Amino acid sequence: MSACFPTRPSADENPVDFGEFVRSRGGRGSIVAQPRMGFSDPNRMREGLIATKKADAHTVGTLTLDSYTRVGDHEAADTALREGLALNGYPIVNHPVETTQWVLDGIRDDEFPVQVRHGSATPLNIFASMVALNLNATEGGPVSYCLPYGRVPLQDSVRNWSQCCEMFTQLQSRGIEPHLETFGGCMMGQLCPPSMLVAISVLEALFFANHGLRSVSVSYAQQTNLDQDIEAVQALRALCAELLPTDNWHVVIYTYMGMYPTTDHGCENLLGSAAQLAVATGAERVIVKTVAESRRIPTIAENVQALEHAHNSTRVVRPEIGRSRELADSQTYQEARALVMAVLNLHSDLGQALLLAFKQGYLDVPYCLHPDNAGRSRSYIDADGWLRWGEVGSLPLGHLVPRTRSRRITSSGLLDDLSYVRRKYDEEPSTRVEVGV
Amino acid sequence: MSAQIFEDSNTTSTSGRGTVVVSGVASDAHTWNLVFLQLMIEELGYDVVNLGPCVPAELLVAECEQHKPALVVISSVNGHGYQDGLRLIDEVRASSELVATPVVIGGKLGIAGSLDEGASDRLVSAGFDAVFEDGARTVLSFYDFMAGLPSAATPLAARTKVSV
Repeated sequence: MSACFPTRPSADENPVDFGEFVRSRGGRGSIVAQPRMGFSDPNRMREGLIATKKADAHTVGTLTLDSYTRVGDHEAADTALREGLALNGYPIVNHPVETTQWVLDGIRDDEFPVQVRHGSATPLNIFASMVALNLNATEGGPVSYCLPYGRVPLQDSVRNWSQCCEMFTQLQSRGIEPHLETFGGCMMGQLCPPSMLVAISVLEALFFANHGLRSVSVSYAQQTNLDQDIEAVQALRALCAELLPTDNWHVVIYTYMGMYPTTDHGCENLLGSAAQLAVATGAERVIVKTVAESRRIPTIAENVQALEHAHNSTRVVRPEIGRSRELADSQTYQEARALVMAVLNLHSDLGQALLLAFKQGYLDVPYCLHPDNAGRSRSYIDADGWLRWGEVGSLPLGHLVPRTRSRRITSSGLLDDLSYVRRKYDEEPSTRVEVGV
Repeated sequence: MSAQIFEDSNTTSTSGRGTVVVSGVASDAHTWNLVFLQLMIEELGYDVVNLGPCVPAELLVAECEQHKPALVVISSVNGHGYQDGLRLIDEVRASSELVATPVVIGGKLGIAGSLDEGASDRLVSAGFDAVFEDGARTVLSFYDFMAGLPSAATPLAARTKVSV
C-alpha cells in the first residue's frame, strides 16, 4: 500500500477537514451548496472549480469523475482522451498527478475544500490517485456504489471498500483528516422508501467509522413529499446521534435524483424545496441540480445559477421547524431503526452483516436489478404523494407496515410513479417565488 | 441472468413472440430505463431477459447467443451510449449467430443533448437496425418499430398465466 504514497505530500500540503469545514459553515439555517460538476478537459475542470468558488453562496468544490473511470475501464478513458472525445467527468486516474495539481492549484484552500465524486464499486485506483493528491474528501459506500449500478458482486464491493477505507485513513498519519460521505441515502435515485435510504446511509457511515474514518457525512436524497422527507432526515439525525462513534458528522441533502422537471420553473422550485428541506432539518450541505438536468450535462454557468438559487432559497424558510419532538418517534424512524438493528444483529463484522442482510432479504431495494438483491420488495406513491412499501418481502418490517393487497405493476403505472415529481413541479404555476430581495 | 422481478412469484407466463434481450452498455449504471423497457416489452407479448446495467460486450454476446432473441434493445442515458454503442455492435456482429439479429439502441446517447444526424447514421452503418434518441415521440416510434418486427405478426394466443 505504501507504494501509493509519494515520499512527500505533493499538492496541497495540509488540506482542511471537509467535515469540519461544512459543519462550521452549514446548519442552523444556512447551507453549503455543492455542484455535481465534472469535465474531462483540465482547463474546463479548473474553470468550473473557480466559478463554484466565486459563486454568491457558501460552496465546496467537486471533481466528478467520468463513468469509464467509475467502472475501472481506464483504457477506454485513455482512448477518448487521445481521440479528443469529451467524457462525462474528470478521469482522475488517467490525467497525470501534475495535471490535477494544476487544476487545483490556488483554488483548493482552507476556504474551499474539494470533494471527489465517482460511484465506483472497484475504487482502489481512484483512492490511490486521491491519496497521491492529498484529496481528502470523497463519497460512496459498499452497498450504495454497488447494488444500483452494476455487476460487481456485493462481496467484492465490501472487500474493496474496506481496503479503500484503510488506504484513505493512512492520510491521518500525515496529519490530514480524510472525510467520507455515504451515498446510501440516494439508492436508485427514486422510488426507494425513505426508511431504507436512512437505514443504508446509517449503516454505511458505521462501516466507515468501523474502518477508522473520524469525519463522515450521511446523505439523503429528496423524494416525493416534503413532510415525509423532513420526517426521514430527522430519523437519520436521531440514528446518527445514537449510533455513530464520532461527533464529526453532518447531513447532506441531494436535490431530487429521479426524473427531473423539464421546465425552468419546475427545476428551480424543486431545487428550492431541497434547500428548504435542509433548513427545516438543520442539514448542513445540499447537492444541487440545474435547469438542464433533464436534457444534458449542465454547463458551468448553469451550475453556478443552481448554487446561488439554493443559497437564496434558504432565506425564505423558518430554520429547523422539524426539530420538534413528535418526529423523533415517527414511522420512518421506527422502520429505519428496525432495519439497522436487524442488520447489526446479524454479525459482529458490519461488512459480513451487510452481505447476510441482502442474502436473507433483511435489506431489499425495490426494483434493483443486481443479482445480490432479493428483489421481492416493491414501492409506490400513495394518494398524498408519500412513498410507501407495496411489498416488504423478507424485510424485518412486518410489525410496522400494514399488509396491503398486491398491486400489479405495469409499464405505464411505473412511468407514472417515476415521473410523479416531474409532473408535479412542471405543472405548478410558473409564478416565480421572489426570494431574499 | 434473467431478472424475474416482475413476475408474480407463483405464476409463470408463456408468450408466443419470443425473447427480447434488454441491456445497458458497459459504462452506464442507470437502471430505471431498463426496468421500464422490460415491463413495456413484456406487455407486447415477449419474454424479456434483462441483463441490467454495466454489461460488457462479451457478456451481451454470450447471452444473445444463448437466448437467440427476436430483438436486442440497448438503452443508455449517461452520455456514453454513442461511444459504447459503436464498440458493442462490432462485437455483436462479429458473432456468426448474431449477424442478422435485430439490434436497436436508444436513450440519451451523447453528452451534449441530442446527437448530430451523422452520429445516428454512423450507428446504423456500424450495424444497428434503428436508433431511438430520447424525445417526446421516442416511445411511440419504438412501438411502431416493434409492430413492424416479423415476430409481431405472430398472432398472440390469449396470454395465459399458468399456476405452478
